[in-house]
Amino acid sequence: MGKYIARRLLQLIPILIGITFLSFAMMRLAGGDAVTYMYENAGVNVSQEIIDQAKAEYGLDKPFLVQYATWFAGMITGDMGSSYVSHRDVYETFVSKLPATILLTITSIVLTVLIAVPLGILSAVRQNKWMDYLIRFLSFIGNSMPNFFAALVLIYFLSIRMNLLPVISNDNVAQSLVLPTLTLAISMASKYTRQVRATVLEELEKDYVTGARARGVRGRVILWKSVMKSSMLTIITLLALSIGSLLGGTTIVETIFMWDGVGKMAVDAITMRDYPIIQAYVAWMAVIYVLVNLVADIIYHYLDPRVRLGGDGA
Amino acid sequence: MSDEKKITVRKQKVKKNHIKGKLIFFTVLAVLLLLTAIFAKFICPYDPYAQDLVMAQKPPSPAHPFGTDRYGRDMLSRVLIGSTTSIFATLILVAIVTVIGTGIGIVCAWNHGKVDTVLMRISDLFLAFPGLVFALAVAGVLGGGVHNAIIALAVISWPKFARLARGLTLAQKNSPYMMAARMSGSSTPKLLVKHILPNIAGPILVTSVLDIGTMMMELAGLSFLGLGVKPPMAEWGSMINEGRSMIQVSTWMVLAPGAAIFITVMVFNLLGDTLRDYMDPKQRNK
Repeated sequence: MGKYIARRLLQLIPILIGITFLSFAMMRLAGGDAVTYMYENAGVNVSQEIIDQAKAEYGLDKPFLVQYATWFAGMITGDMGSSYVSHRDVYETFVSKLPATILLTITSIVLTVLIAVPLGILSAVRQNKWMDYLIRFLSFIGNSMPNFFAALVLIYFLSIRMNLLPVISNDNVAQSLVLPTLTLAISMASKYTRQVRATVLEELEKDYVTGARARGVRGRVILWKSVMKSSMLTIITLLALSIGSLLGGTTIVETIFMWDGVGKMAVDAITMRDYPIIQAYVAWMAVIYVLVNLVADIIYHYLDPRVRLGGDGA
Repeated sequence: MSDEKKITVRKQKVKKNHIKGKLIFFTVLAVLLLLTAIFAKFICPYDPYAQDLVMAQKPPSPAHPFGTDRYGRDMLSRVLIGSTTSIFATLILVAIVTVIGTGIGIVCAWNHGKVDTVLMRISDLFLAFPGLVFALAVAGVLGGGVHNAIIALAVISWPKFARLARGLTLAQKNSPYMMAARMSGSSTPKLLVKHILPNIAGPILVTSVLDIGTMMMELAGLSFLGLGVKPPMAEWGSMINEGRSMIQVSTWMVLAPGAAIFITVMVFNLLGDTLRDYMDPKQRNK
């Protein structure tokens, strides 16, 4: 097991290099560097000498590959440089934003599971009855609604009409958490209800279920003891992928609700051409991707011992 | 053949026709949306860009069924003209992604070697990222505008189709009919275009129709964040963004474009679902 985990973690290296190099190259190729941008935004006209000097200070005048190598060496030794905009240490900035994103990830995933799993099972068990149609209808509506529109509808009803919750996040974390969590859970739960239903239906059609029924095992026992256990595999894969992308920050939702997480940080950094922050963000995404997949594979193995951990994880 | 079996056969026929009816219905709805998008210019009751500050932020009335925005522009006209941008940009995006993704997928499966490994690793990299964030980065780098938003989303969306096309091609590649075609001397391009493509087109078509809704939402999302379509150009996502700060006083400014996205996405999703059921009856009701 230890060996397996070590080997999977080694895969992190090429992915990390590939992905950070890609974003590094993209940012540089696009032109419009941070320094020029910074002065443009400040609205001051500065001479070329000052720009060149600032560029030299940040190392932006060196050849591209040298810049990348310097950055990569820094990252490995734990020094990711400092932000071009706020001049704060990138690592510190990053760590200060992370708890908000992690908190939102946890609450929205928990809420999604609490909605999607029972509704999906109910929908499958009552296939083609009115309950099934109702649930499918609701999940269809949730699927067709962009999350920023859902967010605004929620703001309108819960904050403006009923005055229950603050529109943007404030010091009261519990209150501020409700709207972003609901927004994320609505769109994710709509998707997962459908998936859970499909998975459970597929499982219910299998021979072992017919066999168990024929032997007189009660429907409820079949459902909870056998069907759920096998359906969990699919559900966990999906959840793992969602957790991965949620930990990357949910740009739109974080921006709407002014939730100070990594997603909003990334958007702000992108608009300001704040390379060190973007690079740190990209590296974080790569790490998450590898870790989440690894954890999903290990859970697989425990739920279904037929899944071997030998392969390259493909 | 017994009587009972005949009855079963008839039942299935009825069901298939039912699906066909549904398919025609949703196709008609989708075509209606397309026609609206094409002829939006001519059916707008007002000039969608004409400002009239006296009429600013008026609630829906008989003269302005969807109300007016903060510059007094008629919302109905703006939603209609916005459909041109939103729907066509989405369709172009889906077309680009489908063609490029399918092309790469087929080439990968056919040459099953180094090219395949490299391209699939690259697609892994893209799949690793939450789509929208990466699109934001691309759009941020390229600057705003519809074209750049389309490019940004195309860059992140092709791997899905490449994966799909690759898998489907691999399944067809060594089938007996392909060997027969190869032995009878067909050239590689002919094999790919005349034999592989028609046989993998079905699932790819279904996936791309089902993707129209998602792509439309992502495109609107980019515009919503100010990285897609730039004002004053009317587009549903940026219109929602404009109305966002005024949601308290003039809800219709958010509601009208929001409902437009919602309905359009729903129609294309229903069309995609029905198309899938029609092409692959095994998937029905799942």
